[in-house]
Amino acid sequence: MSEVYDALQKIVGNNYVSNQAEERYFYGRDPGLMPPHEPDYVVMPKTTEEVQEIIKLANREKVPITPKGGGLALTGLVIPLKGGIVMDLKRMDRILEVNEKASYAVVEAGVTHGALKSYLQKYHPRLRHSIPDSPAIATIAANAVIHGQGRLSQQRGFNSDMVSGLEVVLGTGEICRIGSCAVSSSWFSKGPPLPDLSGLFLGWFGSTGVITKLGIKLYPCKKIRDVMLFLTDKADLVPEIIRKLAYTEMIEDIVVTAQPLPLRFKGNFYILLYITGDSEEEIEFKKKMAWGALLVYFESRDGGFVSVTPDMKPAFLAMPSKDTTRFADVSKGGGFEYSGPIAPIDKYPPYLEKLEELAAKYKLFYSSAARVIDGGHSMMFSFSYTFNRANPDEMKRAKAALDEAAKFALEEDGVIWKPNIDEQRMVMEKMDPNTLKVMTSIKHLLDPNRIMNPGNWEAK
Amino acid sequence: MIQQKDYASQIHRCFRCGYCKFPTDYSSFNCPSYMRFRFDTYSTGGRLWLINAWLRGEVEWSEHLAEILYACTTCKNCAEQCPMKFAPDIVDWIIGARGDMVEKGKIPPRVSRFFEAVYGYGNPLKLLRSDRSAWANGTKTYAPGDEYLLYVGCLGSYDENAQKMARSLVHVLETAGVSFGILGNDEECCGNEIYLLGEMGLFQALAEKNCQQFKELGVRKIVTLSPHAYNTMKNNYPAFGGSFELCHYTQLLNDLIKKNKIRPSQAKAKITYHDPCFLGRYNNIYDEPRQILQSIPGLELVEMEQNRRDAFCCGGGSGNFINDFLAGSRDSPARVRAREAYETGADTLAVACPSCLTMLIDGVKAEDLDDKLAVKDISQILEKSLSAK
Repeated sequence: MSEVYDALQKIVGNNYVSNQAEERYFYGRDPGLMPPHEPDYVVMPKTTEEVQEIIKLANREKVPITPKGGGLALTGLVIPLKGGIVMDLKRMDRILEVNEKASYAVVEAGVTHGALKSYLQKYHPRLRHSIPDSPAIATIAANAVIHGQGRLSQQRGFNSDMVSGLEVVLGTGEICRIGSCAVSSSWFSKGPPLPDLSGLFLGWFGSTGVITKLGIKLYPCKKIRDVMLFLTDKADLVPEIIRKLAYTEMIEDIVVTAQPLPLRFKGNFYILLYITGDSEEEIEFKKKMAWGALLVYFESRDGGFVSVTPDMKPAFLAMPSKDTTRFADVSKGGGFEYSGPIAPIDKYPPYLEKLEELAAKYKLFYSSAARVIDGGHSMMFSFSYTFNRANPDEMKRAKAALDEAAKFALEEDGVIWKPNIDEQRMVMEKMDPNTLKVMTSIKHLLDPNRIMNPGNWEAK
Repeated sequence: MIQQKDYASQIHRCFRCGYCKFPTDYSSFNCPSYMRFRFDTYSTGGRLWLINAWLRGEVEWSEHLAEILYACTTCKNCAEQCPMKFAPDIVDWIIGARGDMVEKGKIPPRVSRFFEAVYGYGNPLKLLRSDRSAWANGTKTYAPGDEYLLYVGCLGSYDENAQKMARSLVHVLETAGVSFGILGNDEECCGNEIYLLGEMGLFQALAEKNCQQFKELGVRKIVTLSPHAYNTMKNNYPAFGGSFELCHYTQLLNDLIKKNKIRPSQAKAKITYHDPCFLGRYNNIYDEPRQILQSIPGLELVEMEQNRRDAFCCGGGSGNFINDFLAGSRDSPARVRAREAYETGADTLAVACPSCLTMLIDGVKAEDLDDKLAVKDISQILEKSLSAK
């Protein structure tokens, strides 16, 4: 195996490959609850060509490769289940192009959401991208690979829907361009009018190839961004409230939160509405539309708008939201994980009931944030539970609760988002056999030596 | 006795979210050792997880593990950026783990030599105690009745660049008519780096000795050349009975300018200022150095992209101005910072710390910018402006 190490050193240089116990330990786990498994090597390429050479080497030596961005999916997708090489892509950190007129950016695989946000604010302040609530170190490419959602998902769909082109190194080591960039110098579309091949890589967790460059669509960055807060204590009304708000086509982002503490939160559902505008008039108009849409609940005393005081706003408006990360330590244990099924919005009430039931059953602290996607066509509902990393029993209980939540969500018309290896098996068992057959054929075609993040999306 | 924070029962709380790597605006990476090595293990989150693993027996001690711990410059960027409630403690957790490694005798040879030098010679450069005041060139020795004790520190006493800085400061203070003196060969290491490196026994001995000496001499006011000395005297010495007024020299000079005891003359330069970690993030002193520079007529002050609480560390903290665990790369912090300073269009990079001075002079040289960007301490810049006609 030292031959592999030497070869990796030749490809990326001595400083950017490690087979030492410390790197193997750290890169063998993520912050979630899936069991660790250590890689044999950690390597950090700088260029597409280096990625290509590493994958060719891995093919020759039949060594598994697990690509990694921020490593924050929490569901073990960057844990190298069969050892081999973890490829940390964060050194590929160049923002290659921002096309203001066509409103897209082209970035390397390791560019973080934080870095693109900062770059756009500085050089292209009229444009923005959809920032997820994961920490700023999350990479744009990895977030697209897991079909992440962000602050523009209510209006624009999954963050992966906003991809406008890919450069991929296939499992065989060939470099392939996907979308308009395959035939043009512009990265304006990931598919149409061509066959959309981006689906061969998005959602596959690196098991069909490694994305090395990505085009991402940019959207207007309005001068003013504000937040409204609607409160109801009736979970059954939440789907209709969402529908009414989405119908206005005025709301940029809708997130419904539920948690038992502080006590004033228990039994209440806080619906956060984000509004943007280039003038106060535009903001006021949009607020008025939101008010009008929900007036009926005010009149029936089923809900109402809550004043958002200036001291509350910075935390609500922060992108990314550090509060999401802080949830990990509400019980001073440093851990949380969520099962986040994508589901029709009318599943909100039964999912919420299950969330609370599992929290009581497993004696866990919980919260949920449901983000509306694509005008209310679906939502991501998070069954979130905290755990104390120093308490193995609590970690076991949290894992059991999450397993049960995922099973329930799947039974209740949901599709598990960024599923861990066990949840992938559950999904594949329920999947139309012919769909599974197509997936398996694609995987074998693109990764003939089964070296790409092996274990993921593998049928029995 | 200095009390180490109980880190072992808390360290599992790190979520490894990665905010510790960034400045406030996420525009770059702001953790010096992560910037240098780029493995996640070299970020604060990586370190905390590895320390936890070491405590739980999941990772054996190794020289590599120790180097990862000692590559941290304790610059406190992570403490600024960590979103968790325990953020103010995370650097203390690293220091606590170093302390345990020291107690077990499991430290890198470079760190061991650092301790031996301070223990045997009173300075980490392993130079003779009898040469400590060789830089001073007749500077008055402190005597009871002097208003200030000027505490020069190890670098100011022995390092060639820092000696120039010390001489400039002495000259400026003399010009302003300040009543002060130095300890000369009787000066002892302040111990700031010893504390950060985890040798709590040696630190305690140094702190006690210094406090005793200050007490015996009747010292009531101390002005330090180095932010490192300022930091430990302000934040650690009270536990050893240290009772004196303390200021960093930039605070004193700024005060003297405001009182018209120093009147800078015309200068012509475009200057950018590098915030030392131990003045800025550790002690919230950001304005005084800038006010000094702004008081010099004709001098244009421009800011680097990362400044004040987001300033990128020069890489010298925690003894790395000697141990230099971050050297050897284009991504070594001093070189990164030198490039950032150059990009401002400044012709001079101003510092207020002897460690930053020597690190950044080296960084500028390594970047082949030494004919384009001068690195000068504020005392040197001010001295020059006083002599200008």
